[in-house]
Amino acid sequence: MSEQVQSPVDLGVSREGLLDMYYYLRLARSLEEQLVALFRQTKVIGGIYRCLGQEGESVGTAFALDFGRGDVLSPLIRNMGAILRAGAKPVEIFRQYMSKGNGPSRGRDLNIHFQDLNGRGFMGPISPLGDMVSVMAGVVLARRMQKKEGVAMVYIGDGASSTGAFYEGMNFATVQKLPLVVIIENNGWAYSTPTYKQTAAKTLADKAYAFGCASETVDGNDTIACYHAAKRAVDRARAGEGVTLLEVVTFRMKGHAEHDDQSYVPPEMIEEWRSRDPVERFERDVLASGLVTAEDFKSILERIKAELSAARDEAEASPMPLGEEAQYGVYYGDGFWDRPAATEK
Amino acid sequence: MTEIQKPTAGGETTFLEAIRQAMWEEMEVDPRVFLIGEDVGNYGGAFKTSAGMLAHFGPGRIIDTPISEVAIVGAASGAALSGMRPIAEMQFIDFIAVAFNQLTNFASKSRYRGNGGVPIVVRGPAGGGVRGGPFHSGNPEAYFFNTPGLKIVYPGTAYDAKGLLKAAIRDEDPVIYIEHKFLYRRIKENLPAEDYTVPIGKAAIRRKGKDLTIITYGAMIYVADEVAEELAKDGVSVEILDMRSILPFDEEAMIESIAKTNRCIVLYEASLTGGVGAEFAARLADKAFDYLDAPIKRVASLDTPVPYSPNLEDFYRPNKDKAIKAAREILKY
Repeated sequence: MSEQVQSPVDLGVSREGLLDMYYYLRLARSLEEQLVALFRQTKVIGGIYRCLGQEGESVGTAFALDFGRGDVLSPLIRNMGAILRAGAKPVEIFRQYMSKGNGPSRGRDLNIHFQDLNGRGFMGPISPLGDMVSVMAGVVLARRMQKKEGVAMVYIGDGASSTGAFYEGMNFATVQKLPLVVIIENNGWAYSTPTYKQTAAKTLADKAYAFGCASETVDGNDTIACYHAAKRAVDRARAGEGVTLLEVVTFRMKGHAEHDDQSYVPPEMIEEWRSRDPVERFERDVLASGLVTAEDFKSILERIKAELSAARDEAEASPMPLGEEAQYGVYYGDGFWDRPAATEK
Repeated sequence: MTEIQKPTAGGETTFLEAIRQAMWEEMEVDPRVFLIGEDVGNYGGAFKTSAGMLAHFGPGRIIDTPISEVAIVGAASGAALSGMRPIAEMQFIDFIAVAFNQLTNFASKSRYRGNGGVPIVVRGPAGGGVRGGPFHSGNPEAYFFNTPGLKIVYPGTAYDAKGLLKAAIRDEDPVIYIEHKFLYRRIKENLPAEDYTVPIGKAAIRRKGKDLTIITYGAMIYVADEVAEELAKDGVSVEILDMRSILPFDEEAMIESIAKTNRCIVLYEASLTGGVGAEFAARLADKAFDYLDAPIKRVASLDTPVPYSPNLEDFYRPNKDKAIKAAREILKY
């Protein structure tokens, strides 16, 4: 044969699954672009912690969960793709960022710090890092006592893997053989601290040896590889084989938050990782599979554009909370969360 | 190992047995309740508060953990958000410091953030007088007192130990339940056989009086009683108000008592500065100033860690003599 014909690559994901993944990858990226625009108009009150470059691992790993079977996840700040996949709505995220009175936390907490644990299956994280490992261990411990199914997935960063909370949670969950998948997003930087100043371990997955759990390291910018690695971990968890520590190697393409110009990151490093963009890579790989076409992508992008435009309008038109609402809902019994939010007109 | 039997409900009951009865009975009636902590199963707890419970309820509900207070409180919180009612034991309440973040950043803020209530009880042995030294004698209530979202109770009688623990387990919010280890086997009372609770947030008058109120809680109610006996010889009638609940606390009961006696000592075992007694005194200065005939005196431990040697610890802690000295000062004011 004089001409090499490239045979379609089998990605191990159905056409429907690939289109779904693409939708969430692009939804996360577009939603974030709109949040940045709103931030520049001072309509987003607090900081924005960009997911750029980490959409692939967020979406890929979350796809390994089956929310209909009681699976749950606890995202980190850069896992908007994961909670969107779990069912969080763009309008909720817009409202939350804009501190609206009818947002999920009614203006009390920021960004993706909100939950629907017992409904759609996602937990609101807290800012001190590492704590959510044992909290999510407790969630699946409860399921075991209640004789219910369900795997928990919890995301932490390279920085959080240095905390005592991480070690305690990992160790406890492994001893208890709980169905827990812990994703370490190794994105190179914890604020301004590079991973080599965070740990002397060769890989973050190596930390699994201390606990005796399964581990794997995967290219975090390869969405489909992340999906498969997470699926292996979820399958092990479901089969009663306990905890997996999954390290996804990726890169934080922006500073810690919007105020941070990441001048401490060598520019050539950013350039190099830009060429490995997970969304563009997904497009290339998936087109090569022959299962989807550029037309499919185009219609998904149009759908996202319309959805986000509507969600953004709805959020922008949403009212701010009344100041006096601050005093309620600390303890059970004042009915705050059972009555409609009191907002400005 | 011989099987330790289920406790009889009620009857002549020690403080420690009251705690064991409360946990056992709640676990029998409510499948959501479980116990998690270090050495709570095989060993039955360092002080035997959970003796026999592993054999009766099994390892699925009596969970021995690694030495990991963060994981104990964290897992309890996650389970609570998933519909369970965990009791998390700190082997000594001093070690709750390790789980500080889980309590002050996760459990306490969860409801307020719209993340759902975290109905956990974190309990453990506190207090000095047992020569436990700097790490086994602490009274940590003030660390958590400034954390909205938490509740704190500190029983001083066997009746309250049982009733407040049951109330804490049934409460919808995170409760820190502090049990004074000096009381475990030293006090005893006849408890009702039937189920009862003691409401969180309500104080109890332990002794009625008209000249001076001692506002106190925990093991200090017995010191207050010694003071009252001593002063009675001089014809001074002391009222003892046992707060029982630290957060929320019964402001109304404090004011009512001061309105009657016009003089007040706040007696607590933790260090003086920034102790919860400082807030009690501030609240009274704000809301009961017109009733007061003398300054409010606080009698508490020194502002030092808890020392080990008996001479040192006895000097460190509040006692009858220190309280009487304070009482005489304000009585002649």
